[in-house]
Amino acid sequence: MFKKPLIFLFMLFLFAVSAFAGKDGSSIQVKGSDTMVNLGQAWAEKYMEENPEDFVAVTGGGSGTGLSSLISGSCDIAMSSRNIKDKEIALAKQKGINPFEVKVALDGLAVVISPANPVNKLTLDQLAGIFTGRISNWKDVGGKDEKIVILSREVNSGTHVYFKEHVLRNNNPNGKEEFTPSALMLSSSQAIADEVAANSAAIGYYGMGYISSKQKTIAVARDDKSEYVEPSIENVLSGKYPVSRPLFLYTNNQPQGLIKKFVDYALSREGQEIVIKTDFVPVKK
Amino acid sequence: MRKLKEFFVEKLIFICGLASIFFVVLIFLFLTKEGLAVFKYVSPVDFLTGKSWYPISEPAQLGILPLIFGSLMVTLGAAIISIPIGIACAVYIAEIAPSKIKEVLKAGIELLAAIPSVVLGFIGMVTLVPWVKTVFHLPTGLTALSGSIILAFMAMPTIVSIAEDALYSIPKSYKEGAFALGATHWQTIYRVLLPAASSGIVAAVMLGIGRVIGETMAVMMITGNAAVIPQSILVPVRTLTATIAAEMGEAVVGSEHYFALFAIGIVLFIISFIINVTADLFLHKRN
Repeated sequence: MFKKPLIFLFMLFLFAVSAFAGKDGSSIQVKGSDTMVNLGQAWAEKYMEENPEDFVAVTGGGSGTGLSSLISGSCDIAMSSRNIKDKEIALAKQKGINPFEVKVALDGLAVVISPANPVNKLTLDQLAGIFTGRISNWKDVGGKDEKIVILSREVNSGTHVYFKEHVLRNNNPNGKEEFTPSALMLSSSQAIADEVAANSAAIGYYGMGYISSKQKTIAVARDDKSEYVEPSIENVLSGKYPVSRPLFLYTNNQPQGLIKKFVDYALSREGQEIVIKTDFVPVKK
Repeated sequence: MRKLKEFFVEKLIFICGLASIFFVVLIFLFLTKEGLAVFKYVSPVDFLTGKSWYPISEPAQLGILPLIFGSLMVTLGAAIISIPIGIACAVYIAEIAPSKIKEVLKAGIELLAAIPSVVLGFIGMVTLVPWVKTVFHLPTGLTALSGSIILAFMAMPTIVSIAEDALYSIPKSYKEGAFALGATHWQTIYRVLLPAASSGIVAAVMLGIGRVIGETMAVMMITGNAAVIPQSILVPVRTLTATIAAEMGEAVVGSEHYFALFAIGIVLFIISFIINVTADLFLHKRN
């Protein structure tokens, strides 16, 4: 009996809060990629320290969530760890939104295994084989006779999409390769890190920021004739590490006013230093 | 003045009473509106019997058979674990336990019901998953079995409290009659009380299962979410609920993926509706 009115009151409260938040002229909403949420938060904090009269709210939810909020007009800046899709651009145009892309940082995707696993290096083709299910035993890539446990992020993750397009499909836009259906879909990078640390047969991938001593990173080569490269800031910057991706901010039209101020701050020297501090790679030196 | 107050309170309560039905109808209409749109892209048969779930590929493959099997497998496992324990627990509380132990047990079970599912999921991830992995020598402990065990814990409070209620409401004369005929305590429970309370117990089981099939967070954390049709209970599965929760964030509003997730919602709604109606039928049979 008492529950319903309470929920109703709560909803009223939410409406009221969102109405007020929307009216305030000097606030911006930033939403999107979970990979970038810490980075966005760090920018917002420093930015608000310097501009106390402005308010920047940062929330996660996944690249797709951010872009669909931008399209529906419920956020001002979308953070995305993948390029916007043609479908999303078309949908945005329908609603009178004109997405504008700004590249703000680079991220290397580390492929990780347990330190107990003897494998150290793999080629892109071997990686694609493992994640599509073509290679299912570690002994085929120089490890123990053990079934490979494949860990992936959920499909709401820009990391998932990037890994599929650039590793599984090897940058071929018409590729049909998919993650093997037996791949375990975990809901966060931290969950992958934990499972890899505990499971000697597991392999997973995530942004460089999540690397710790409990996992071992794999050196990756473009093909078996090239050099095997460890994921590190220098190797991503020089372009040697083959699995790295750009991170974007999307705005409606060219950024203006407060939004421009914030985007400019992200690209400023100070903003790019924050990029390094949060374990990403800056676009400008 | 008093009359006016009475009038308002009455109306207010009336509106509150209707609100829940109103919300259910609204939710159902919304689900149907958004969910049926998916059948522009895929036929109902392909949707329900398709074996591949690749919602963001071009073209998207929207077959939810592995997800249905995933949900059924986890639910079946949870039912097998929770029903015997739950009913036995209810019998013990209602018939055997001395009143002091009874109070403690009842409080404990209510406490179990109050644990948030994300906490159970987290505990399962840290303790149960590694245990399942070592005991069964599996490549990974993120399996349907882990999900079933945790979900059994969540179904148990519902089963115990409703079954205990059913046992409690059997007229005293049944028991006295059985004793008078020289039946032992166990014979009385087994031959008289359980059959007499059977409709209430079935309702308890159905409601427990209803809770299991709708559970999301804990399953998402510990079943591995791999969309394959499970061959045994020791492999990772992906459930209907976890799919909606994990993918709703990404789905572009108005895309076939978005509609497909709502269609999964309809499937879930229908399943829990059937379970609830069955439970209700059994509950009313008793009265």
